[in-house]
Amino acid sequence: MDYFLELFLGGLTRGSIYALIALGYTMVYGIIELINFAHGEIYMIGAFTGLIVISVLTLLGWNTVAVIVIAALVAMIYSAAYGYTIEKIAYKPLRGSQRLSALISAIGMSLFLQNYVLLAQTSNFLPYPNLIPEFTFVKPIEHIVRSTEIVIYIATALVMVGLTVLIKFTRMGKAMRAVAQDRDMAMLVGVDVNRVISFTFIIGSSIAALGGVLVASHIGQVNYYVGFIAGIKAFVAAVLGGIGSMPGAVLGSLVLGWTESFFTGYISSDYEDVFAFIFLVLILIFRPAGILGRSQTDKV
Amino acid sequence: MKKPIGRFIVLLVALAMAGLMLYGCPQQEEKKAETAAPAASAPMAAEPIKLGVAGAHSGDLASYGIPSVRAAQLVVKQRNAMNGISGRQIEVLVEDDVCKPEVATNTATKLVTDKADVVVGHICSGATKAALGIYKESGIIAMSPSATNPALTQSGDYPNFYRTIASDDAQARLQVDFALDKLGLTKLAVLHDKGDYGKGLAEFAKGFLEADSRAEVVLYEGITPGAVDYSAVVQKVKRSNAEAVIFGGYHPEASKIVQQMRKKGMETIFISDDGVKDVTFIKVAGEYAEGVYATGPVDTSKNPIAVEAIEAHKKEFGEDPGAFYLNAYAATQALLNAIEKSGSTEFDVLKKTLQSEWVATPLGIIKFDERGDAIGVGFAVYQVQGGMFATIEM
Repeated sequence: MDYFLELFLGGLTRGSIYALIALGYTMVYGIIELINFAHGEIYMIGAFTGLIVISVLTLLGWNTVAVIVIAALVAMIYSAAYGYTIEKIAYKPLRGSQRLSALISAIGMSLFLQNYVLLAQTSNFLPYPNLIPEFTFVKPIEHIVRSTEIVIYIATALVMVGLTVLIKFTRMGKAMRAVAQDRDMAMLVGVDVNRVISFTFIIGSSIAALGGVLVASHIGQVNYYVGFIAGIKAFVAAVLGGIGSMPGAVLGSLVLGWTESFFTGYISSDYEDVFAFIFLVLILIFRPAGILGRSQTDKV
Repeated sequence: MKKPIGRFIVLLVALAMAGLMLYGCPQQEEKKAETAAPAASAPMAAEPIKLGVAGAHSGDLASYGIPSVRAAQLVVKQRNAMNGISGRQIEVLVEDDVCKPEVATNTATKLVTDKADVVVGHICSGATKAALGIYKESGIIAMSPSATNPALTQSGDYPNFYRTIASDDAQARLQVDFALDKLGLTKLAVLHDKGDYGKGLAEFAKGFLEADSRAEVVLYEGITPGAVDYSAVVQKVKRSNAEAVIFGGYHPEASKIVQQMRKKGMETIFISDDGVKDVTFIKVAGEYAEGVYATGPVDTSKNPIAVEAIEAHKKEFGEDPGAFYLNAYAATQALLNAIEKSGSTEFDVLKKTLQSEWVATPLGIIKFDERGDAIGVGFAVYQVQGGMFATIEM
């Protein structure tokens, strides 16, 4: 039973990590139907920014909790600025053109950011300090779950609740839903579409950055390439759950995390990815729009 | 517009020609060096000892073969200056096999017809294998500085084959020996990163462990490189009750696994390879790296013979030596030493001498086991102690 619980919690950690990235994918897709491939890189930039801030503040001798909170905040703000800028530079000029152009622009942006960090920072793996304190109440169950993982669960849950509130109950949330339903109509009734899209990128990017800082603390290392793999997995999770749907992204991420964890634990880790993708294919065969996705009829 | 293009083409062609000339020069020099040695020995009464050097001396892989030619020439030159072997001068016969098995058979036949007594080579495992049969029929010993394919010595098909480089499985052998003999472990988990290098090592380690009745492989798994975390695999290791993990792969994955194991309070011993014996591993894994074992090549950079050999190369050729230079240097020394000690070039006598006489080479003091692998060449076990890799005495 202990083993099952360990795998369950391990899968939950992975799933939560994927969820923090997948939310950004799905939000952007919901609003402008663009798969933002540079999203994984935003996550990586968040982790790097966090590392820089942590190094500086630790050197100044700050309290560790303050350091991790400030590092996460700075990483979120900095990444949000990146998300905002990417949208303005790489996607907005292409908004009227074919979807393929924007997609290719996104892939280009992803490669650009990877190589930019590679050159500006380093190609080596860098150690990432774990500043999340060991909570005393975790001590007895430390062999099963660690404080960092608990912080990841809590952060993911808070982000989910926060986003739900934002979208269901605020003016901006209403505007986002309107743009998602019909951009032209929203424009006609006076919704500032550009502002809504920028806002979406800012929120998505800052969530990814939060994920980046937490994950890097959890696994203790970072390099310029981490965003690519995490981004691909999160994208799969978003598709699995139904791209465009936020509860779907979280559900898809958790399902993917658990699938990988249990498959590795009970069968073999050699075919972990194979199995994860077979699962994706099966779900898409039976529910082409993903687990929670609504199948839409094309607007004529 | 036309003229500059024309001039450009002329310039290009001129450059290409200059390049060819530069490329041609060192080869000519080598030819001269080869002929110079026997010429000097001509007045000597005794017939020269013929040392064949075979390998890739042209084509894509020439950079692997040329250093061994140079090494052989330098050693022979030194020997000849000191009156050769018991008054007999040594002659170097250089033959190119372009690293191709089909060419290597011709190369070998040529060396046999030219009455080579011993051969340093070949370079690539495939070409070496093709040539060995021909040498075997003629009772000629071949010693490769670079062919690492395990089967060349282990199959027992080539009693005439020796090498001064550790075979591909030597690391796995060392890891297993270390775990069983030194640490006395009985339950081991073998993990790898599914890559050629990591998986290859892990397969050998698994094979050696299974062949040994003292230990049991309780888990054998491939992990996905670059995955977000390895908690599931780590839990699996824990559940298997393995006392140690032997990991085949590189340091980024190793540091993640070690960190996750230690953070989960597991004290499982971690043994890995030279893909992990890298300062980055210690830097990234930090305090968690302490106590990790990793095998890596024996450090020979401070060996005075190696320093001398490299200096001689720089003096003669004006550049740093290339790949396998020291291995070829050692091979030439070992062969000439065996001929000198036994006073013979007979197959059986030489074989016995190679296996019994220790010889000082740039790789350390070596001799050969009955299969043809060099004892004293290859890998050592290191452990992370105080943020550094420290050699562990076996």
